[in-house]
Amino acid sequence: MEHAISLLFRSIFVDNMIFAFFLGMCSYLAVSKNVKTSFMLGIAVTFVLLITLPVNYLLNDLLKANVLVEGVDLSYLSFILFIAVIAAIVQIVEMFVEKFSPSLYASLGIFLPLIAVNCAIMGASLFMQQRVGLAAEDPKALTSMLDVVFYAIGSGIGWIMAIVGLAAIREKMEYNNVPRALRGLGITFITVGLMAMAFLCFSGLKI
Amino acid sequence: MAEKKVNPFIEPLNKNNPIAMQILGICSALAVTVEMKPAIIMGLSVTIIVALANVVISLIRNTIPNSVRIIVQLVVVAALVTVVSEFLKAFVYDVSVQLSVYIGLIITNCILMGRLEAYAMQNKPWDSFLDGLGNGCGYAIILIIVSFFRELLGSGSLLGCKIIPENWFVDNGGCYMNNGLMMMPSMALILVACVIWVHRSINKDIE
Repeated sequence: MEHAISLLFRSIFVDNMIFAFFLGMCSYLAVSKNVKTSFMLGIAVTFVLLITLPVNYLLNDLLKANVLVEGVDLSYLSFILFIAVIAAIVQIVEMFVEKFSPSLYASLGIFLPLIAVNCAIMGASLFMQQRVGLAAEDPKALTSMLDVVFYAIGSGIGWIMAIVGLAAIREKMEYNNVPRALRGLGITFITVGLMAMAFLCFSGLKI
Repeated sequence: MAEKKVNPFIEPLNKNNPIAMQILGICSALAVTVEMKPAIIMGLSVTIIVALANVVISLIRNTIPNSVRIIVQLVVVAALVTVVSEFLKAFVYDVSVQLSVYIGLIITNCILMGRLEAYAMQNKPWDSFLDGLGNGCGYAIILIIVSFFRELLGSGSLLGCKIIPENWFVDNGGCYMNNGLMMMPSMALILVACVIWVHRSINKDIE
């Protein structure tokens, strides 16, 4: 339990998906124009992470050598399998939301299906695959299902925090006088860079 | 006819650059640019994968049902990425360790999905091939520019060769120090912002 909680905080602050690994950057930059939509997207991403990561964790075990087929290591299939799981789950979530909460479905719009190609989701699965192999003492190791679930929640919260923070700054920045060539994308990059620099102070954190 | 064939290749190199203009494929562009060697290999891998995926999708574009096209595209891309990843593991193992999850993340790289959706679904295989090549090269150019500055200022070398003379360093009685900040993720964002700034200042017609 202790290890799982430390993983949760690590994945929010130290291994933040956006500021440490730049994952999910495309939708991060495209959707962060207003706080409300960005928060919604963050929730959706967290939700999809929370389902896909445990499923991929179980599948990853199946792919190891000598599990499914005697004498064959299937781990090279992991990319195709992970992306198929993610695409399928996003599709199911989309249908589910459409059926039970049409208002939420309308407000999320195109971003819901686009979560399938959000690097943060695929990245989390690939990091999970890497970390499963680590020694149990390592602070980054994922040793049980509980760890995986906490890792997924932490990554999601970190992502929400980053996108809501940027959206808030961008809303304020609307009124600023930015050099013409930097307007839009350029200044957003610099803002994210400064935010990432601020997050560097967490990197020495021992949890 | 000849001019039409040149366009899809030249256009994305400058005027319609995937990173600076289309905001595609930013996640991996930022993460792999600490040194030049992995950046070049990453640029090369993405170019090959975009070009081939464009051809494959363009060949089967008339047989894909519209409702499952995203999954078809993802499977094609995932298969190509698996091949490239195994290839890198076999021939340049150290670089593939350094790139870690970012090779797998080419699957969710927005350049791929963006070009497949926007170009390969409507155009003939040869044009799609050129379009993929052009976008891949446009992506690689930005990667190489950013990694050039990060490696030169961050560790005083280029492609692993020392550029800054040893006796300039403070340790050896000189007055020069490497800028450690360049190795941090935040500087990648700010450097990309500078590239975009320069790019937009040169091409005044772009808004």
